Amino acid sequence: METKSARRAFWLLLAAGGAVLAVALGAAHYMEVHGHAVTGMNNQVVWGLPHVFAIFLIVAASGALNVASIGSVFGESDYKPHAPLSVLLTVALLAGGLMVLVLDLGRPERLVVAATHYNFRSIFAWNMILYNGLFAICALYLWALLERRLGRFARPVGLAAFAWRIILTTGTGSIFGFLVARQAYASGVIAPLFIALSLAWGLAVFHLAQCGLARLAGREPMDAELHARVRRLLAIFVIAALYFVAVHHLTNLYWAKQVAFERFILVSGAPYPALFWAGYVVLGSLVPLVLLFHPGLASARATAAASVLVALGALAFLYVFIVGGQAFPLEIFPGYEVASTFGDGRADGYSPSLPELLLGLGGLAASFLIALAGARALPILAPAEVAMAAPAPAK
Amino acid sequence: MNPVDKRRREFFGQAAAIAGAMIAPGLMLYEYAEAVGPDGASRPRAPGEPVSGKVRWGMLIDTTKCAPGCRECVDACNRENGLPGTTRATDSQWIRKVDLKDLKTGKAVSLPVLCQHCAEPPCVDVCPTGASFKREDGIVLVDRHTCIGCRYCMMACPYKARSFVHEATTGQSPDVPRGKGCVESCTLCVHKVDKGGTPSCVEACAAAGHQAIVFGDLNDPSSEISKRVRAATTTQLRADLRTDNGVRYQGL
Ligand code: SF4
Ligand code: SF4
Repeated sequence: METKSARRAFWLLLAAGGAVLAVALGAAHYMEVHGHAVTGMNNQVVWGLPHVFAIFLIVAASGALNVASIGSVFGESDYKPHAPLSVLLTVALLAGGLMVLVLDLGRPERLVVAATHYNFRSIFAWNMILYNGLFAICALYLWALLERRLGRFARPVGLAAFAWRIILTTGTGSIFGFLVARQAYASGVIAPLFIALSLAWGLAVFHLAQCGLARLAGREPMDAELHARVRRLLAIFVIAALYFVAVHHLTNLYWAKQVAFERFILVSGAPYPALFWAGYVVLGSLVPLVLLFHPGLASARATAAASVLVALGALAFLYVFIVGGQAFPLEIFPGYEVASTFGDGRADGYSPSLPELLLGLGGLAASFLIALAGARALPILAPAEVAMAAPAPAK
Repeated sequence: MNPVDKRRREFFGQAAAIAGAMIAPGLMLYEYAEAVGPDGASRPRAPGEPVSGKVRWGMLIDTTKCAPGCRECVDACNRENGLPGTTRATDSQWIRKVDLKDLKTGKAVSLPVLCQHCAEPPCVDVCPTGASFKREDGIVLVDRHTCIGCRYCMMACPYKARSFVHEATTGQSPDVPRGKGCVESCTLCVHKVDKGGTPSCVEACAAAGHQAIVFGDLNDPSSEISKRVRAATTTQLRADLRTDNGVRYQGL
C-alpha cells in the first residue's frame, strides 16, 4: 500500500521534473525563434552541449537494457525481477535523448520531412530507423515481461532487444566513426568503445533509478547478493570503457599519426585536457572504481555515488569527444601553416550558452518523468518479497 | 541514376507540376542545367531538358596568380548570393581566402577555398533526408526545402565548405533562396551557369586582372580547363580522401 508521504513525494518529483522540462521547452523555442546565433555553436563547432546530453542519453538507453538482457537472455534469474525497470529506462532515456536531438535541429518543425525522406546511404537515417525500432521492441518486451500469459515470449523478444541494442550502439558510434576527414573520429575503435561506454552508463543509470524508486516506495533497493553483483559488473564496465578509450587514443597516436590532435585534446587545448583527465578519468572512472572495489564501502549508497560520478564523467567525456573533436581545426593543407577568416588553422572557441544547457537538462527531465510515471503506472519494481527477503533463487 | 537523384527528380517533377510558378525561381533553375550539344560543347539547357551527366563542371585555381590580400572573389560571391559578408564565427562564408606558409620552405601561398563539388561528396552520403545532393553535372547543392538543419554534412565535409544559417537572413537575392536553420554552401552560381553564365568569383577575379580561376567543363576535352589540367600539374585538396574534387589547384 502506498503511504501518503510516498504519494506526496511522487507528485513533488513529477512537478519538479515537469518544471525543468517546461523551462527547457521554453529555451528550445527561444533558440528556434532567434536561430542558433544565440547559442555558443558556430560554423566550426556545429554540435554543442545539446548533442553532449543527447548522445549521453541515447548511449545510456541501450546500456540500461543490460539488466533485462542478463535476466532474459542469459537466464540469470537474480536479474529477472528487475528486467521491467531496465526496459522502461531504455524507453525513457531514448525518448529524452531524441527530444534534445530534434529540438536542436535548425528546422525541428521539419520532423515530417525527416520521417518521409530517407537517404539510405546515411548512417543518420539508419539510426532513426534503429531508434524507432528499439521503441517498438521495448514495448513488446515490456508487455511480455509484465503479462504473465506472455511470459514465454520474454526470452525471444529479449534476445531481439539485445541484438538490436548492440546494433544501435554501433550505429550511434558510427555517426562519428564514419567522419573520415576528422582527426578526432575516423576510427574503427569508436563502435566497440561506444558499446563499452553504454554498458557502464546504462548500468549506472539503472542503479540510480532502482535506488530512487525503491526509496520512494519505502523499500530496500535490492538484496545484498544482487547488489554485490551489480557493483562488480559496474566496475568491470568502467574498466572496459577506460580500456577502449585508451586504445582509441593510442591508435590515434601511433598508427594514425594524429599527434597534433592528441596533444590538443590531452595536453594543451584547454579546457579539454582538464575535462578529460580530471572529469572523465579521475572523477568519472578512478574514484568510482575505488568506491566500487573498496570492501568497506559496500553499501547501495556508495554504489549510487559511484553511479552519479560515472554519469558526470560520461558528460565530461562526451564534451571532450564531441566539442573538442570539432574545435581542433580540420587539416586541409598538411605541411602548411594556415590562416583565414573562417577559423582555418586555429582551434576555435565554443562557450555553451544557457539555453543549450537548459535544453540538455530538459532531456534528462523528460527521461526522468517517463521513468517516474511509468514506474507508477506499471508494476515495474521488483516484487517486495524478491527485493526484501533475498532468497537466493535455486540454481 | 542513384536513388537520391531519382527521388529528387520526382520531387522536383511533382513540385514543378503542382506549384509551378510558386516555387522560387532559383530552385526551379536547379533542374534546368546545361546540356551538351552535338559537337560535344556545352550549351545552355532548354527548359525541361534533364541535367546532363556528360558535363562535369569544375574549377581550376592557379595559386601563382592569386594575389595575397585580394578578396575580389569573396566580395563578388557575397554580392551575388546576398550573403552578409561579415566574418563572425556564425556568419556564412561560401568562399574564403586562405593564407598558407610552407612549414619547411617558408613559401607563402594565397588561395580561395570553396565547396570542392566532390564527385564522391561525403556531405551527400551522410545527409539523412537527401537534402544534400549532387546534380548529374557534378554541382553539389542543398535543397533548402528538405534540409532539417542537423549539420551532419558540416561534420562530414573535409573542407569546411559549408555554413549554417544561424539567424534570420536579410538582403536575400531572389535567385538564391537562403533560410535560417538550413545549411548552405557554394552553388557554383548554378543560377547563372544554367543560363550559360560563369560563376561570379571567376568573373571578379578576371575583372581584377588576375585570371586565377578557370571555370568550365572537365569532361569536354576542348574546354580551357581541360587543356590546362592536361598541361600542368594540378592537385585536389586532401586527395587521400578520394572525394575526387571538381575544384583543382595549381602551384600548391
Ligand atoms: S566540398 Fe564539402 S560541401 Fe562541397 S561537395 Fe565536398 S563534401 Fe560536400
Ligand atoms: S544539415 Fe541539411 S543538408 Fe546537411 S545533412 Fe542535415 S539535412 Fe542534410
